[in-house]
Amino acid sequence: MMTLTLGHFLSLGAMLFALAVIGIFLNRKNLIVLLMAIELMLLAVNMNFVAFSHYLGDMHGQVFVFFILTVAAAESAIGLAILVLLFRNKNSINVDELNSLKG
Amino acid sequence: MDVKTGFFYLFSVVLLFAAFRVVTARNPVHAVLYLMLAFSQASAVWFLLNAEFLAIVLVLVYLGAVMVLFLFVVMMLDINIDTMRKGFWKNFPLAATLGAIVALEMAAVLLSGFRLSQAPAMLAGAVPVDNGKALGILLYTEYLMPIQIAACILLVAMIAAIALTLRERKDSKAIDPSIQVKVRAADRMQLVKMGVTQPAPAPVAPAEESK
Repeated sequence: MMTLTLGHFLSLGAMLFALAVIGIFLNRKNLIVLLMAIELMLLAVNMNFVAFSHYLGDMHGQVFVFFILTVAAAESAIGLAILVLLFRNKNSINVDELNSLKG
Repeated sequence: MDVKTGFFYLFSVVLLFAAFRVVTARNPVHAVLYLMLAFSQASAVWFLLNAEFLAIVLVLVYLGAVMVLFLFVVMMLDINIDTMRKGFWKNFPLAATLGAIVALEMAAVLLSGFRLSQAPAMLAGAVPVDNGKALGILLYTEYLMPIQIAACILLVAMIAAIALTLRERKDSKAIDPSIQVKVRAADRMQLVKMGVTQPAPAPVAPAEESK
């Protein structure tokens, strides 16, 4: 327990991911908190990548984190734009009311 | 227990607490602020892993740009929190149980399965370079094409976000100078030739024909 191992960082990532999953369960109605939970999940994944990259001495993992950060930034920008559009048209971001596609 | 381990536990505890508050906070603004705290702690953990460049990028890009965007959007929307929170605590016991099972099982496996405690030593002849330089060398040689694609993705995302939220205001009184300059007299006033006297209008046709 006392010396840091790869397992410590992987466990931290796993706990973070579990918390984000809990958040998705709890905030099923609130779209903006759902987006935040997705950001947390991506952070947990990145944590695993960085940990493996350090302990295996391989820089390619960090390059991958770089690309994940890029795509996550693009995703949140478009997600928030859609959210704003949705709020402008429906006056609500409640996921339960977004049923006009009858899916 | 050395200093590094102590810092790891400190950052981890704050990170997990912040993540918990993100998903349970009542006010979305508080959730965003706790998310910022979580990202800053994650960046500190990455510093422990010698990934300085990514840690700084996380602070600059995530805390500086993405989280501010989130804050703007949260403050712009007028959210009725009470309807959002309906059924929140009803799901909590099940969600907490599932999350605890996932986290504990994975931690048990990972802690015993990955016992690497030392980063591999560098090869004897290798030139030591710092993290940012090593990442840059990889990005601009082996990953040159992917980084161009990533740049394109960012450009597309920016254009898409602007195009999605752009709207023409119907009640705007703005004037367009180029249209004003190009205006001709004929556009503003039309001269109609009329005789001095006009014939009386034709009598209205009987209604029967139209039936």
